[in-house]
Amino acid sequence: MLRYIFRRLLQMVGVVFVLSILLFAWLRSLPGGPVSALLGERATAETRAQLQAALGLDQPIWVQYLKFLGRAAHGDFGPSTGVLPGVDALQILLSRLPATIELSVVAIVLAVIVGVPAGYLAARHRGGVLDTGGVLMSLVGVAVPVFFLAFLLKYVFAVELGWLPVSGRQDPINATRVTGFFLLDGVVTREWDAVWSALKHLVLPALALSTIPFAVIFRITRASVLDVLDEDYVRTAEAKGLTSAVIRNRHVLRNAMLPVVTTIGLQIGALLAGAVLTERVFNFPGIGEALALAFERRDYAVLQVLILAAAAVYVFVNLLVDVLYAVIDPRVRTR
Amino acid sequence: MFRSRSVAAIAASSFLVLGLSACAESQREEGGGGSGSGGGTFTFGAAGAPKVFDPFYATDGETFRVSRQMMQGLVGFKDGTADPEPGLATEWTPSEDGLTWTFKLREDVKFHDGTDFNADAVCKNFERMYNQTGAGATAAVSQYWFDNFGGFKDGKEPSLYKFCTVKDPTTVELGLTRVTSKFPALLGLPSFSMQSPTAMEKYNANTVTAQGEGFVFPEYAMEHPVGTGPMQFGSYDQANKTITLKKFDDYWGEKAKIDKLVFKIIPDESARRQELQAGSIQGYDFPNPVDWQALKGAGAEVKVRPAFNILYLGMNSTTMPELKDLKVRQALMHAINREQIVKTQLPEGATAASQFVPDTVAGYNKDLKVPAYDPAKAKQMLTEAGAAGMTVNFWYPSEVTRPYMPAPQKIYEAIRTDLEAVGLKVKPTVKPWNGGYLDQVDAGQAGLFLLGWTGDYNTADNFIGTFFGDTENRFKTSNYPWGQPLKDALQDADSTVDEGERTGKYEKLNEQIMTEYLPAIPISHSPPAIVLAKGVSGVTPSPLTDETFDQVELGG
Repeated sequence: MLRYIFRRLLQMVGVVFVLSILLFAWLRSLPGGPVSALLGERATAETRAQLQAALGLDQPIWVQYLKFLGRAAHGDFGPSTGVLPGVDALQILLSRLPATIELSVVAIVLAVIVGVPAGYLAARHRGGVLDTGGVLMSLVGVAVPVFFLAFLLKYVFAVELGWLPVSGRQDPINATRVTGFFLLDGVVTREWDAVWSALKHLVLPALALSTIPFAVIFRITRASVLDVLDEDYVRTAEAKGLTSAVIRNRHVLRNAMLPVVTTIGLQIGALLAGAVLTERVFNFPGIGEALALAFERRDYAVLQVLILAAAAVYVFVNLLVDVLYAVIDPRVRTR
Repeated sequence: MFRSRSVAAIAASSFLVLGLSACAESQREEGGGGSGSGGGTFTFGAAGAPKVFDPFYATDGETFRVSRQMMQGLVGFKDGTADPEPGLATEWTPSEDGLTWTFKLREDVKFHDGTDFNADAVCKNFERMYNQTGAGATAAVSQYWFDNFGGFKDGKEPSLYKFCTVKDPTTVELGLTRVTSKFPALLGLPSFSMQSPTAMEKYNANTVTAQGEGFVFPEYAMEHPVGTGPMQFGSYDQANKTITLKKFDDYWGEKAKIDKLVFKIIPDESARRQELQAGSIQGYDFPNPVDWQALKGAGAEVKVRPAFNILYLGMNSTTMPELKDLKVRQALMHAINREQIVKTQLPEGATAASQFVPDTVAGYNKDLKVPAYDPAKAKQMLTEAGAAGMTVNFWYPSEVTRPYMPAPQKIYEAIRTDLEAVGLKVKPTVKPWNGGYLDQVDAGQAGLFLLGWTGDYNTADNFIGTFFGDTENRFKTSNYPWGQPLKDALQDADSTVDEGERTGKYEKLNEQIMTEYLPAIPISHSPPAIVLAKGVSGVTPSPLTDETFDQVELGG
């Protein structure tokens, strides 16, 4: 088991390293660069060229990459040039990360607590109202683009009805910051108005972000439970006269959960893509919003840090899912 | 049980969404709901994060918007104009030769940290700017100093600044190396605001370092800006993208009417509009002209600023040698239907431009008429120049709106139609503003391009001096025989001491630029607007877009 994990970890490092080279080359092949964002329309070509040189952007790309690698080895990813000029890019990642995690966790929890029971019930009562309704809902969830749904939710519940905030993460009430997780911070410091404000700001973006994972989790759960219900051992259990509660919990649920766990893990990776769009629509200051802004302003340092970190997380989550799988299903380990 | 209920609830609410969006229009309550903050807090939707809080190292409007509330210069600008008026200095007199200026300072003024504002503080400020070293002494970091004063103490470039002498606690002498029309107006620029020498020293205001592919700014610029203005720095909550300024109780002038001023950073323009509708902000900047009517209809106030900018069609003969011929440039000038562009693509109040400076500037030439729209003449001139039917490479930017250019693509399309009407073939190139447009236009890759300028203060030099005062500019005037003479003439006009004589020189130059040189084609002056929620008063729209919010009163 340990050897297996170690091998996978090595693979992970390799993947991220190769990606960093590709990313570095791709960014610098894009037209424009950080200089424009730093100088704006008032600068002359001469000033631009001077700055290009001052920042070492005129050197051969491999020299630039080696310098980047050297600095990155010490944890220095350089200062931001567009998102928050002068602020360390890693610092930006760390300060934005809690927002995205908070949003993603709320979204995935929403998707799981609704999706898994709904999928299970739909399977148990196949062809019923709930089943049909659920399948329809999950189709809509997958088919409607996240940002469209986000716009719709924002327009109806925030702009028109005024029930919830239009954008942002919290009202400017100068809440105390401890961890950067606003809900947690509010609870720790007992600033209940801060918790309330952060919650209100979370509802719409989390709802928009949860639709795809909800749809996927619902369908996988439903299909998986249907499969298990048809298995011989369930029939055997019924024949043995076991109560339906025991059958449900020990036999059906446990076995049906395997593919569901995998799915949830994979959905976490897919969440980041959804978060970019959702955060942009709701001006929610997380990783996704920083990523969009960094791209617009050609902030190399921030783009590099964010994309590499996202890749590392994605690869790591995959690894985690495989390990969990091995824990739940002993057959995987022996392979 | 609850499981099926929650699924049903989701299903129901999704139908609710679809149903409501159809009849949302009628549901709307006057003024909207949301969490409006009352009791002396004014929340403004900013389009971007300020780069730093020390305006000396900044060039962008979002930084100046914040620093303008906290800091003041020796010179101020009259409300709603671009004309200088006393700021922290009450009066100023130039010496006979125009090289030494004596400033009388306002008394009993304190910085937010309790430091006295006096002659000593003024000189410490100027010495601090002039003595920049390392990264701070480059155009990239201290762009406004570089553009207006030239070089630094290191002597690499000539500097306009010579000395600062304390005469007595309320009198300062500033020495210049040459006469310039910029003085003293340029001291009103946010970059040259007076900041607390104590705080600057305590928080190492001058240690800017180049690192990696960017610059790292000191603690002072990031967290501890200290000025003399009616509002003082509170906090910058990066995790929540909000900046809070507080009322300064010891302000020398009329105290602020609000207790708190909050800037909420909302990059997306439509999101700013929705926040205003929802009542969570009480103002925002640069509304899309398309929305002005709707905003007014919803009860918001759209304050239109005087137009202090210029949109031009730039020309660069590096990739299009045909442009070297004045006839071709003039043909393009007559091919463009300015009035039509102003009427259809620009907000109410925009005007067609007859020259490169707005009419409020001394040196504006009243005799110049807006170039005639005459496609027949344009065609004939192109034929005469042997350029009939030529292909023009025409660049325009995406992902941007500027005060002088609300919708670049629409303006491009209007001009393209005009050019095609006189038989030219247009080859468009569209690039993101920061994604190559500015870099490549400045490097001379575009034949025709759309750009513009918003003035800093009311001098002709700030417009035509900025555009053509150097021959290696984005119009590459060094390609023309008149490039150098124009540069010299601009220099000469700028350093003329006598005001009447100077104005005369600029009037003549404006005429020459339009009739003999034509390095680019002026199109329009467009008034940008600022939006305030219903009942908000105490904001005077400024042509320089540097409104202060301390006198805001929140009605309702």
